[in-house]
Amino acid sequence: MSIYDSWSAVMMAVIAGFILIGTALMATRLLAPFARERAKGVSYECGMLPIGRNWAQVHVRYYLIAILFLLFDVETVFLFPWVVQMRVYDYWVFYEVLTFVGVLGLGLAYAWRRGVLEWK
Amino acid sequence: MHGAGPNLAFWVLAALTLVSAGGVMVSRNLLHAVLFLIVSFLGVAGFFILLSAPFLGMAQIIIYVGAIAVLVLFAILLTPRAGRDNGETRWAAPGVLLSIALMAVLLFVITDTKWTTAKDAPEITAADLGQALLSTWVLPFEIASVLLTAALIGSIMLVRSPEEEAEDALQ
Amino acid sequence: MTVGLEHFLVVGALLFCLGLAVALSKRNAIGVLMGIELMLNAVNLTLLSFSRFQDTPHKVAGQTFVVFVITVAAAEAAVALALAVSVYRNRQTVDVDQLNLLKS
Repeated sequence: MSIYDSWSAVMMAVIAGFILIGTALMATRLLAPFARERAKGVSYECGMLPIGRNWAQVHVRYYLIAILFLLFDVETVFLFPWVVQMRVYDYWVFYEVLTFVGVLGLGLAYAWRRGVLEWK
Repeated sequence: MHGAGPNLAFWVLAALTLVSAGGVMVSRNLLHAVLFLIVSFLGVAGFFILLSAPFLGMAQIIIYVGAIAVLVLFAILLTPRAGRDNGETRWAAPGVLLSIALMAVLLFVITDTKWTTAKDAPEITAADLGQALLSTWVLPFEIASVLLTAALIGSIMLVRSPEEEAEDALQ
Repeated sequence: MTVGLEHFLVVGALLFCLGLAVALSKRNAIGVLMGIELMLNAVNLTLLSFSRFQDTPHKVAGQTFVVFVITVAAAEAAVALALAVSVYRNRQTVDVDQLNLLKS
């Protein structure tokens, strides 16, 4: 049995998922009543028409959290190959990994110091 | 690569990846471009699995689709007045010409060379990768953590200005 | 017709050239970065196809290289997008045609 046979289950799941979601979307499109009018796009039902574009502000905090998430995601990719065979390795390999995590921990400590982790 | 399944998967993935990469090129709205980019990343992840590297396919999904795409989306939302605009620069025509020329050269090289290929390849698991990473490539492994830390500190320095911190302290 | 090394290499080359075209023609700095990410993906695809199809005892080497390319891409994306956000705060634009302060 080659590895592709085990992935055919994934392909079945993908096809089934597409069919399921596709029929759900098509059913709402066909069954639900909907009216396409310009008034539906207006921000406020009663009141003045808004001028210009919207000014929804996203705080930069979200971006910093996303950076932290990205870097520790990459760390996971490095640690996972070690974790699946952790007991096979010699004892000094543990210190190699500890150095890796420690250096990244310094970065996390810096982020903590600068208040990235605080949410006001 | 034998059997109908892998061959079919190749053509479907090739169409998916290349069409959505073309979508990144032509879509005017940058948010639509990011969505096309995500589909393209997923197609490349499928190629990784097809090339008997399932661990890297998963890594591609969790890093590119899960994190980098989110980062790009936040960057677009943080640049609201410029973020949606996805027009072409003045140098668009020479750039496209250059990439078409490069494509011609690459396609010529690929079709002209006689490649000697192995018949069948064993699947390389995460455990094999871990043994390589922790023995032969242990120095790059450690340097990668230094690189990631430098990137973290650099982006915090860039994004969090001193004025903003002073402002936060006053509140 | 079975799919071989050439097919994967052609897909990699096409993806790289599309990424190059995106990177060279977008006016928005974030769009340029998206092109660069596409190019890095194409390079990874090419590396993995050589690792899969070439008859070599060092098959893991290609995959290890891909891991490091992904790492560098992640670090690069974080810093480049932080630069774009920082430039936007100072200049209110990320249009690469208008970022010409270094021009005399």
